[in-house]
Amino acid sequence: MKTDVVRNVSWLSWVVIVLGAVYFLAPLLGTLDYSLRAVRDQLSLAAYERAFADPKFIESFLYSNVLAVATILTSILLIVPTVYWIHMYIPKLRPWVEAITLLPFVIPAIVLVFGFIKTYSRPFEAFSIPLIPSPLTTSESTLGVLVMGYTVLAMPYMYRAVDNGLRAIDVQRLTEAAQSLGAGWGTILFRIILPNLRTALLSGALVTFSIVVGELTLATFLGVKAFGPYLQQLGQHKAYEPSALVIISFLLTWLAMVLINAVTRGDTSSTAASR
Amino acid sequence: MAQTAVVTKQESSFALPNVRAILLPWLGVIPFFIFAYLFLFLPSSSLFIDSFQDAEGNWTLANIAGLFEEPIRSGFILSIQVSAVTALIGGIFGFLLAYAVTLGNLPPWLRSSYVTFSGVASNFAGVPLAFAFLTVLGRTGVLTAFFKLFGIDLYEAGFSLYNFWGLSLVYLFFQFPLMLLIMIPSLEGLKREWREAAANLGATPFAYWRRVAFPILLPSLLGTMILLFGNAFGAYATAFALTGGRINLVTIQIGAQIRGDVLHNPNLGYAMALGMIVIMLVCIVGYTFLQRQTERWLR
Repeated sequence: MKTDVVRNVSWLSWVVIVLGAVYFLAPLLGTLDYSLRAVRDQLSLAAYERAFADPKFIESFLYSNVLAVATILTSILLIVPTVYWIHMYIPKLRPWVEAITLLPFVIPAIVLVFGFIKTYSRPFEAFSIPLIPSPLTTSESTLGVLVMGYTVLAMPYMYRAVDNGLRAIDVQRLTEAAQSLGAGWGTILFRIILPNLRTALLSGALVTFSIVVGELTLATFLGVKAFGPYLQQLGQHKAYEPSALVIISFLLTWLAMVLINAVTRGDTSSTAASR
Repeated sequence: MAQTAVVTKQESSFALPNVRAILLPWLGVIPFFIFAYLFLFLPSSSLFIDSFQDAEGNWTLANIAGLFEEPIRSGFILSIQVSAVTALIGGIFGFLLAYAVTLGNLPPWLRSSYVTFSGVASNFAGVPLAFAFLTVLGRTGVLTAFFKLFGIDLYEAGFSLYNFWGLSLVYLFFQFPLMLLIMIPSLEGLKREWREAAANLGATPFAYWRRVAFPILLPSLLGTMILLFGNAFGAYATAFALTGGRINLVTIQIGAQIRGDVLHNPNLGYAMALGMIVIMLVCIVGYTFLQRQTERWLR
């Protein structure tokens, strides 16, 4: 039964949806169109070719991908054992850990990097005796600090993904079953828990990826030549190449989100089937 | 002294198995807490402490007072204005979008592509977003040029991508989708029975929305708008890439302070960072509180 009211409502919905679509698509389609017009009076992929041909692009882009992978691995190593442990042994700690994982929302990236520079650009001292030299003096240890910073930025998403994943399986019973069959901790973690968290980890990893590749604030102020700072620099003195890279960035983010959707959708259907 | 030392030693050796039993469960969370200490608490607490000290290390409130003086005051005001405006517009229109997507009888393909797109757009911030808008609506942008063909000069008419309204227009690109994504579950949580019960009691759809649905959704609406506020307030990369650092936001000011001590007082810079943390903390606490209120109804 369709009443006038329902028809009115969907009429209003259409207006909202179309307005939204115009707003969202105009900058993207405009940039796409612009990126294809590097050669006068014809459509071409010249801007893309030139952007890809720049060795600094390859370098910074690969660099950011390596950083993303390092961040994903660090996050998994940090978050999975913690959340597992809380589920198993100290559930009363959960609100505290949850509050800590929310802190990256409270401390904006610019403030975080400010604090990093202040804390880590001088040696660690105990009673005025320097113990560890300043981590921000060598490029290797600066990269370490950057990856830790990215792990902080990704923490809220990774924690929630892993927490949801562990809630969906009976951790206690799985662990006990494995133990009674003689499994050690390594076996439990790598052959029971991690495989069961596959989809959760994958979606956490993809979100982390889309945060890290193209990140500007931390990379700029720690002086790391990642993709974000490269793109920002490129925009200062080139016209068409940046718009080509904007389109590439958008497609990458889009790909990550489509993959997350595909992965998590499979997840819910499989848990529903197993119940 | 010696006696007490002996006694405690005895006690501890006596209690050793017990201590181990108590400590062991904590072992697994120690790396996490060390990480949180090193990369969250230590950096932010060092900013906190130095905010209350002068250059010589004496305790003072002068830096906090300095936040209410120019140029910092106007930085905070502009940041708060941009955040408030984009939270309000983003909240209202984002809610309408969420409403259209969940209850608007749209074809399923449109619905799902809107949701997927929102996931992308809410993550598509920073340099690429700023560049996309610059390409289209910058001084020499594609749309700017297009409007000129019809004799409309946007920049003559007062529009600019590089000021308050321009920046707000760009921020909305990630504000709408965030609002949409968070409101969809709330809207889907509205039970059909409530609508039917209201209709049976003679309520018009408008009365149902005004008296039932809207009051239930209100905490979630307000909470998410607070989240949007914080989302815009902490943003640096988008604003920097859009204006080249020529807009007076708090985040841009802090960035300039990191590059070189533009305030001629490092501790004043730390106080600015502290001021940001305080505002963000209020946002997150407000959001969490309001979200809990919503959960009472929408399970």
